[in-house]
Amino acid sequence: MRLIDYFIYALTVFVRHKMRTALLLLALSMGVASVIILTTIGEGARHFIHQEFSAMGSDLLIILPGKKETQGGAPPINGASPRDLTIDDVNALKTINSIDQIAPIIAGTALIRFGNKSREVITMGSTTPFFALRNMRLGEGRLLPDNADSHHSPVIILGSKVKQELFGAENALGEWLNVGDFRFRVIGVLEERGESLGLDLRDMAVIGVRSAEMVFDSPALFRVILKLKYAGSEHYTEQQVRSIIASRHEGEDDVTFISQDAMMSAFDNVMLMVTMVLGAIAAISLIVAGVLIMNVTYISVAQRKHEIGLLKAIGATAKQVKTIFVIEALILAIIGSAFGLLGAIALIELATTIWSNFYLAAPFWAIFAACSTALVVSLLFSLVPAKKAAQLDPIIALRSK
Amino acid sequence: MIELKGIEKVYTLGGRPLKALDSVNLTIHRGDYLSVMGPSGSGKSTLLNMIGLLDRPDKGQLNIGGVATESLTEPERATIRRDKIGFIFQSFHLVPRLTALENVALPLMLSGVPLKQRKEQAMAGLAQLDLDARADHLPKQLSGGQLQRVAIARALIMQPEILLADEPTGNLDSKTGLEVMDLLEQVNQQGLTLLLVTHDLSLGKRAPRKLQIIDGKITEVNEHRAFN
Repeated sequence: MRLIDYFIYALTVFVRHKMRTALLLLALSMGVASVIILTTIGEGARHFIHQEFSAMGSDLLIILPGKKETQGGAPPINGASPRDLTIDDVNALKTINSIDQIAPIIAGTALIRFGNKSREVITMGSTTPFFALRNMRLGEGRLLPDNADSHHSPVIILGSKVKQELFGAENALGEWLNVGDFRFRVIGVLEERGESLGLDLRDMAVIGVRSAEMVFDSPALFRVILKLKYAGSEHYTEQQVRSIIASRHEGEDDVTFISQDAMMSAFDNVMLMVTMVLGAIAAISLIVAGVLIMNVTYISVAQRKHEIGLLKAIGATAKQVKTIFVIEALILAIIGSAFGLLGAIALIELATTIWSNFYLAAPFWAIFAACSTALVVSLLFSLVPAKKAAQLDPIIALRSK
Repeated sequence: MIELKGIEKVYTLGGRPLKALDSVNLTIHRGDYLSVMGPSGSGKSTLLNMIGLLDRPDKGQLNIGGVATESLTEPERATIRRDKIGFIFQSFHLVPRLTALENVALPLMLSGVPLKQRKEQAMAGLAQLDLDARADHLPKQLSGGQLQRVAIARALIMQPEILLADEPTGNLDSKTGLEVMDLLEQVNQQGLTLLLVTHDLSLGKRAPRKLQIIDGKITEVNEHRAFN
C-alpha cells in the first residue's frame, strides 16, 4: 500500500464522519493554541521586564544604603545601617575614575499643591545625571541646575500626568506651586513615557537633591545610581566604592550593590521557568486531546470491525491495518496543529494591535514544542487501539454484528 | 492446485473441544467447481477459512499452488490472500463509505497500484459485470444483487486462482440469487476454481463436485441431501 493511499483512505473516513472529525480537530487545535498562547504571554512578560531593565541602561550599578546579605539564622537585630548614605558620601565617590556619571536619590511622597488642587506625588530628589541614567527626557522646559548637589534651588520638574492633573491644558512652566511647606517653580515637564521598574514616570516629580533633603528633612539617600565608563569594570568600581565608604563610615562598607546584569539574568531565568511551566500546563490539554483520540480510535475500531475483517480477508497485513489507524490519527494531529497554530497567531496578532506596547510574538520553540507534542501524543495514543485493530481475528471480525 | 492433507482443527466451545475439521484430505484442481453442504456447525465455514488462509490448521498440510502454507509468516499469507484468493460473503462486506468503484479497487490499493491505474482497472472490472453506471454509487444506494456483483468484481480484480463463496445468495431473493450463481459459474467456465458453501440444495446440485461435511469429516458425494 502506498503512503499516499493511507492518506486518501483516511480522507474517506473524515468525510464520512464530519462531526467527529471536526470535534477532534477542535480539541487538538485548542490544545496547540493554548500552549502557544500561554508561552507567548510568558515570553512577552519576560521581554517586557528585559526591556525595562535595558531602558535603565546596561552599565549601571545601584548602591543601596545598608548591608543586605543573605545569611542563615535569625535576622540581625539592627538590620538597617545606623549610618545613612549621604550626598557628601556620593560627592566623595566622584573621584573614582571608572565612574562616568553618578546620581544620588532621595525619594519620598510629598503633597504638591497648585491653587485649590493638591496631589500626593512621589517626589525624587536628585541631580542632572539622574535623567540620563533613567532615560528620562524632557517634554518641555529645562533640567535641574548643575549645582543641585550643593545648593537648594526652588525648581521642580513634573511628570506629564501630574502636570495634566494640576494644570490641565494650561502652561505650567514658570508657575509656582507648593511642595510640602516649600514653594517651587516649575521649570520642566517630562516627556510622556510608560513605567520604568515599577515607577510610573508620568506620576512623579523631580527636584534637586539638596531641596529634597530639606523637603523630607533627612539627609538619608534612598539609593545611588552610577554609570560606568567602561563595561566590565563593575568589580573594580565596587571595590573602590566600598573602600571610600568604609573610610567615611568608621570602617564599615555598609552599602549593597545591585548590578543590572545580575538582576536581568535572574529575572530572565525566572521568567523562562514561568513560561515553560505555563507551556507544560497547557500541554496537559494536549494530553487530554490525546486521550480523546485514543477513545475515538477505539470506538472507530469497534465500529469498523467488518471493515478490518474484510481488509484482512482481501489481503491487508496486520501492519497495513495498524498504519491505517495511526495515519488517521496523525493526519488529525497535523491538521489540528495547523489550525491551532493559525488560531494562536491570529489571536496574538489581534492582541498586538490592541495592546501595542506589550511585546507579543510566539517563540519558535513553543510552536515547535506544541506541534510536536500534538503529533507525538496522537501517535502514542492511537498506537494502542491501532494495534488492537491489527490483531483482530478476521473471521470473528467478519462475523460480528 | 490446492491440496489438503490430514487437516485438523479443534475449537473449544463451552469448555468442550469441538472438531471443526477432522483429518480432511482434499485435492482441488484448477478450474474445479465444488459445492460444500452440511448441517450448521459442521465445519463448512472453517474449511473455507482454512483454504482462504484466514485460519491455521492444528495439524496437517495445506498447499496452495505448490506452496506449503503452514510455514508462511502472516504477511506472506496476507499476500497470497490478496493475489490468489477471492472471497465472496453472504453479507457482501462492502465498505459503506466507499463507492462501488473504490470498493472494487481496494485489493489493488493494498497491493500498491497507483490511483489512476487502479481506477481504470476497477472500472473495467465493473463494466464486465454491467455495473459501470453504478461506479460512483455508495453501497446504500445499491440493491442486494448489485452489492453482491460489486463484491464479485472486487473478488475478481486481482485475477485470483480460486473464488471462495460463503452462501453468496443467502441474502438475496431467489431470482437475484440465480443471476449471481449464473455469474459465478460463468467465471468458473473461464477457468477460475470455484468453491461454494451453501444451504440451498438446488444450488448445491449445480456443482460437478459435491462435498458433504458432517462433524468435520468430508466426503465427496454424487448427490447432495438436504440439511437443516
